[in-house]
Amino acid sequence: MSLLHLLTLSPFLLAVLLPFLGKAVPRLHKGWFAAALSAFVFAMLLGYLADVGDGSPIVESFDWIPSLGISFTVYLDGLSLLFALMITGMGVLVALYSIAYMNAAKESLTRFYVFLLVFMGAMLGLVLSDNLLTLYGFWELTSITSFLLIGYKNEKHRSRYGALKSLLITMAGGLGLLSGFILLYVMSGTYRIRELFEAGAPLMSHPLFLPAMVLILLGAFTKSAQYPFHIWLPDAMEAPTPVSAYLHSATMVKAGLYLVARMSPIFAGTAEWFWIVSLGGLITLLYGSVASLKQTDLKGILAYSTISQLGLIMSLLGLSSLAGIFDGEEQLLYAAAGTAAMFHLLNHAVFKGALFMAAGIIDHETGTRDIRKLGGLAQVMPVTFTISLFGAFSMAGIPPFGGFISKEMFLDSVIEPLHAGVFGLSTWAALFPIVAWIASVFTFVYSVLFVFRTFLGPRKKPLMNKKIHEAPFLMVLPPALLALSALVLGLFPGTVAYSLIRPAAEAMMPIVTASGERLPMDIKLWHGFTPALWMTIAVVAVGILLALTVRRWMKLYAFIPRRVSINRFYDISLRFFEHITVRVTSLYMNGSSRSYVKYILGFMMLVLGFILYSSTDISYRVGAYAQIAPYEWVILLGLAAAAIAVPFAKSRPVAIILTGSVGYLMTLMFVFLRAPDLALTQMVVESISVTLYLLCFYHLPKLRTERRAVRFRLPNFLVAIAVGVLMTLVALAVLGTNPFDPVSDYYVRESYESAGGKNIVNVILVDFRGFDTMLEIMVLGVAALGIYNMIKLRRKATDVGSRHVSHEDDESDDVADRFRKNQYGHDGPIEVSRKKEPWINCVSDLNDKAPDKEKNADSDFETELEPDSDPDLSDPDSETDESRKKGGDLDA
Amino acid sequence: MEVVVAVIVGVLFAVGIYLILTQDLLRIVLGTSLLTHAVHLLLMAMSMLKTGAAPLLGRGKEEFVDPLPQALILTSIVINFGITAFFLVLSYRAYQKLDTTDMDRMRSESSKHRGRRR
Amino acid sequence: MPRGSDVFLQNISKIVVFIILAFALYLFFTGHGSPGGGFIAGLMSAGALLLLALAYDIETVRKVIPIDFKIVTAVGLLIALCGGTGSLLFGEPFLKHAFGYFQLPLLGETELHTALIFDLGVYLAVVGVTMTILLTIGEDN
Repeated sequence: MSLLHLLTLSPFLLAVLLPFLGKAVPRLHKGWFAAALSAFVFAMLLGYLADVGDGSPIVESFDWIPSLGISFTVYLDGLSLLFALMITGMGVLVALYSIAYMNAAKESLTRFYVFLLVFMGAMLGLVLSDNLLTLYGFWELTSITSFLLIGYKNEKHRSRYGALKSLLITMAGGLGLLSGFILLYVMSGTYRIRELFEAGAPLMSHPLFLPAMVLILLGAFTKSAQYPFHIWLPDAMEAPTPVSAYLHSATMVKAGLYLVARMSPIFAGTAEWFWIVSLGGLITLLYGSVASLKQTDLKGILAYSTISQLGLIMSLLGLSSLAGIFDGEEQLLYAAAGTAAMFHLLNHAVFKGALFMAAGIIDHETGTRDIRKLGGLAQVMPVTFTISLFGAFSMAGIPPFGGFISKEMFLDSVIEPLHAGVFGLSTWAALFPIVAWIASVFTFVYSVLFVFRTFLGPRKKPLMNKKIHEAPFLMVLPPALLALSALVLGLFPGTVAYSLIRPAAEAMMPIVTASGERLPMDIKLWHGFTPALWMTIAVVAVGILLALTVRRWMKLYAFIPRRVSINRFYDISLRFFEHITVRVTSLYMNGSSRSYVKYILGFMMLVLGFILYSSTDISYRVGAYAQIAPYEWVILLGLAAAAIAVPFAKSRPVAIILTGSVGYLMTLMFVFLRAPDLALTQMVVESISVTLYLLCFYHLPKLRTERRAVRFRLPNFLVAIAVGVLMTLVALAVLGTNPFDPVSDYYVRESYESAGGKNIVNVILVDFRGFDTMLEIMVLGVAALGIYNMIKLRRKATDVGSRHVSHEDDESDDVADRFRKNQYGHDGPIEVSRKKEPWINCVSDLNDKAPDKEKNADSDFETELEPDSDPDLSDPDSETDESRKKGGDLDA
Repeated sequence: MEVVVAVIVGVLFAVGIYLILTQDLLRIVLGTSLLTHAVHLLLMAMSMLKTGAAPLLGRGKEEFVDPLPQALILTSIVINFGITAFFLVLSYRAYQKLDTTDMDRMRSESSKHRGRRR
Repeated sequence: MPRGSDVFLQNISKIVVFIILAFALYLFFTGHGSPGGGFIAGLMSAGALLLLALAYDIETVRKVIPIDFKIVTAVGLLIALCGGTGSLLFGEPFLKHAFGYFQLPLLGETELHTALIFDLGVYLAVVGVTMTILLTIGEDN
């Protein structure tokens, strides 16, 4: 355990302690704890800046499951540090922001902050771990916590729907990721990322290399919402705004980018990696920017813009992989794409965080996020206006903001492949600048419209008479700091270029610095009249034109087909799987425990029978048989006879006495088989058990006198006979096969020498295997308490009064009833049920009739404006559209 | 003797399983008891029978029967006692409340029971 | 409830109970050397008390031994646990036992063994569990 480990795990620690801290200091908003912790970790991480900046990473290892080669190794290089600082830095701001945003009186804050802290810890662990399996563990933990955070308002349908969607999609990708990691292990024999870097060329020629790459990219693409896996991100906007600002702009969605950057040294240099990553990124960039424009929800705009920006960074990561196949000057040209990616990563976190928080402020103050109802807010909310302006301009790539510089570097990078001439780029390279330019134009348009439609122009009707004012200081401070940073990053990019960006880019492309030289940094505001600058000027010119005429060409969106969409595919396949699952499950889960026992037995027979049949090492020949004395014959036959008689006994006492006699005969058997301890124990236990049965009968005489024979059932009989025969075979096989020396020789040898006891059985029980014995008496204790509760607790309830009892019983029955109803759709014996499983209901409910059909006061408003619905998000016939809009409006 | 014990193990298993598959809760409890006995015999047989004296040192014997199965069985006997008692009380309470120990009738009885009181 | 009115049984059990208890005690202490030990002794002690309960009735047992057997169970578990933890103080693994031979007055050379502490825990737990179960069912009506 080192300091770095503790820093990584500290959010988890605080998450555990938070409920208690909240109790201890009830008046303090719990967000302060989260903010303080993030600030502390952030400050501590800053301390590593100098070391890591010099290119000397820090490694701390801690064996976790040594037998499986899994260690929790913390590896802090430039890339990890950049992400860790973003995670904790944004963490501080988001925590501060949430203190003002989350209402302590209305919401359960402990839950919120526990999720948030666990998420932060998982993110930190993800970017800092050097072992693929721990990385995967943290990766899934971010998916789970993100699910919990998106569904934080779990009383809302859309929240649950969005949460489930993000969980299913990112988890599916996570499974791909795990398979990819395991394939990497199969190829290289190591889970350590550092060692994989060194595996090098033999890895590339391995037949599993491509599958591993595709599977890992599946994980990265689903997490980073790349087309066509982006569909969860817009629905995730149901999360409280601080969560959106944190997870869906700065941290979680960036985990996919981190993974691609982290894996670059392994995969970069192959054509497949280059094309999948860069083309996937480009498509996402274009799609996101185009789709963003037709959103009407502020957070919806930001969601699609995030998708698009993630695509931008992804394509840069893909382009930077070209650095792996060139050297000298050319290599540095392509490596610049990697630098651009790292810089834009930071820029995006800054401006998108600011914009999300601004959207939250607008929502908080006006009660709506619908851009069609907003307007003219600049006079009443000047600070928020400035923040949004800075953020949007940085996003649009307008000087002098940080986004301008990274956008320039991006445009530079997309021109570069024109000269590459590898991977078929000589024919297709023109694609890159064209797509990038078009996407930039759209980015410019939606960024500008985001600000101007919200803050300028006249006030719209619904908000005309509402008193709107600036948000409280604590709410404005975090986005203001971010907006300021966007400006600083533009004016003085040198502040981060050498300390943060260069180590990160170098860590991503170790091949560039292999010769010992540092990566040159070319991050500055003025590059001279480069092609990129001309492209930007063209973007601004066309963008302004398009923004002014937006109403004329918005109608074009109506031509995009809506029926065929990825979201529809998702909904339909989810319903399909739900249906199939219910059908299949109800085929065998029929509610009768007898059937379940038969399944278990059947499976056991199948497995055991197969092993006995197929294994060649098993012999049924016993070496030397022990002699049977005549009296032993009597006992053995008596044992069998007593057992066989039990099912034939008509009355219960007879059956019990027969079973008891089997027990007593067992006692004799133990005597003959030289087990005195067992004989003694069995005798006493049998006596006490029989007394116990008799006591039960004493209280329930009817149970004793009721005579019911066991009805003969052929299937049961056959199953029983089959198991019996099989077990005889097993016993014979066990007797005839002795592949190992018995371990008990050790006990016989050491019993007196090291444990000082002569009764070997007792020594084993209390000394050699003392732990087992301790757990055993615990089991006994649990059984005794269970029995005590079954009988006594009910008695106490009776003492209080019958009405109370019935009420209480009712309640418990209700729970069971509800459970059964939920589980099988009805109570009573289970038939084939087609009712929906409760947890998955939200999907079907959305598409059937929306149950929360509230009066929509703004319906006239919606009709007078152009159709806003996203072809990808919904089907116009269903309620999805409307409830989606409502979700946006009512989410105040 | 080993072969005879193996056959007895089979018989005990068959009867135990058959009882577990009946409807009567009490007979299911008895079935589990028989299964336990069967497993005990199986464990004893595993290490061959009567290969030496009882596992007690210092009595002038050199060869012992295997002590390990005996330790396992001792644990099992006591646990089985606890579990049997638990099952027994469970069926006892079920009978008190529902007037039946029939697994199939219990479900309908319990819902009737609920319906009556409402 | 004058359930056990059998004078014969009552008189015999008065004596037999003590014989069984003494035998149980013997089994407990010789458990490390010859057949016996915490489990058997515990079950046998519970059996003795059970005999008492059958000969007289449960109220009598309650009166004679006014102990809550749930607490006996808990104490037994605790002793077993603590007996095991003790070895941690000496830097040994959990449940590691030690033993030695001592000259004691009256008994001569005697082996003292920390495993006996653990076995005592087992004994108490088994007595407690068995009696809890029996008394709980016995008192139900």
